[in-house]
Amino acid sequence: MNAQFFTAWVEETARTITADRDRLTALDAAIGDADHGTNLDRGFTAVREALSASSPAGPGAVLILTGTTLIRKVGGASGPLYGTAYRHMGTTLTARAAQAVAGRAGTGLDSTSGAVPGTGIEAPGPGTAGFTGTAGARDEAGPGGAPGDGDHMVMVTLADLAAAFEAGLAAVCELGGAAEGDKTMVDALAPATRALAEAARAGLKPEDAFDAALAAARAGARATIPLQARKGRASYLGERSAGHEDPGAASTVLLFTALRTVAGG
Amino acid sequence: MTTPEPDSQVGIVLVSHSDALARETATLAGQFAGPHARIAAAGGTDDGGCGTSPDKVAAAIEQVDQGIGVLIIPDLGGSVLTARLFERPSAVVVADVPFVEGAIAAAVLAATGAPLPAVLQAADDARTYRKL
Repeated sequence: MNAQFFTAWVEETARTITADRDRLTALDAAIGDADHGTNLDRGFTAVREALSASSPAGPGAVLILTGTTLIRKVGGASGPLYGTAYRHMGTTLTARAAQAVAGRAGTGLDSTSGAVPGTGIEAPGPGTAGFTGTAGARDEAGPGGAPGDGDHMVMVTLADLAAAFEAGLAAVCELGGAAEGDKTMVDALAPATRALAEAARAGLKPEDAFDAALAAARAGARATIPLQARKGRASYLGERSAGHEDPGAASTVLLFTALRTVAGG
Repeated sequence: MTTPEPDSQVGIVLVSHSDALARETATLAGQFAGPHARIAAAGGTDDGGCGTSPDKVAAAIEQVDQGIGVLIIPDLGGSVLTARLFERPSAVVVADVPFVEGAIAAAVLAATGAPLPAVLQAADDARTYRKL
């Protein structure tokens, strides 16, 4: 999987979110503030424009630009949450690519270490502090590729992608303080991430791995219906929040629907 | 309130879904804290709608930061998440406090030149103030 694949994935996600905008907003009208579809659609429309304006060269850079744009443009809670997920996925892919390049070059770098000397790549903290201005250098380094940055030189494997989703999931849980069962996007993202990691370990083909992840995301989203919300506006409704699918879990399913679509086969 | 202006102060940034709420709360806290208080409002989306704008928060931090720390006080939900994107240990801190009472308490102490941990504590104490 290369930058083209990741760009296609994000663009397909944007398309499905536009197509499902009214459904997401209707879900949000039941227990939230009726803006989830509109907000995400605004954010992903801006993402499409940003991607076509700068054509990032590497998979990590594609996802970092996607995340940064969502954080800036969505306006609701889903902006920081999805934005942080994409940004951590992107930095994970970039770091793994740099490790792969370093390993290939036989520089003796420990390919299992977390940080890559000389590249300045590190996992962003839970808050990705000052993500717009001061730390923006990381974004700007993306498309051109900093020296030693292997982001655009290395193909992303299923294992890489699973590790990226794990990092994204962890960052979302940290930022929002949510756990599985709180009736949030985590209820779809966590099982889908586990399914993807399992498929990668089992050596499945990408399309089969994405089938498994999509099925897990859908099951997780459906399972939010009877739950009582413990995060966000819906939590103010107490037991009245039960009986409705969580809009964030529903939109997370669309990420995996799009992933499956772009894999073809 | 005519205490002399300290050399530097902790800045206060108020993040709300509402532009008007953030601005009015900043005005109110400024009236309690005195003319030197460094308080900035970051409310609403870029187009003035209900929501939060990271660009507004970034600008507000820059406006009030004098190098000894910034306390961000969000209202709730997405404001908290947006505020947390700017956390930097012991430099930019997000307060889990009541929006209005916390803003006033933080601004009053910050205007004396108190350090960031003390300003955070003052805001935190506002949580337990009884009105009756």
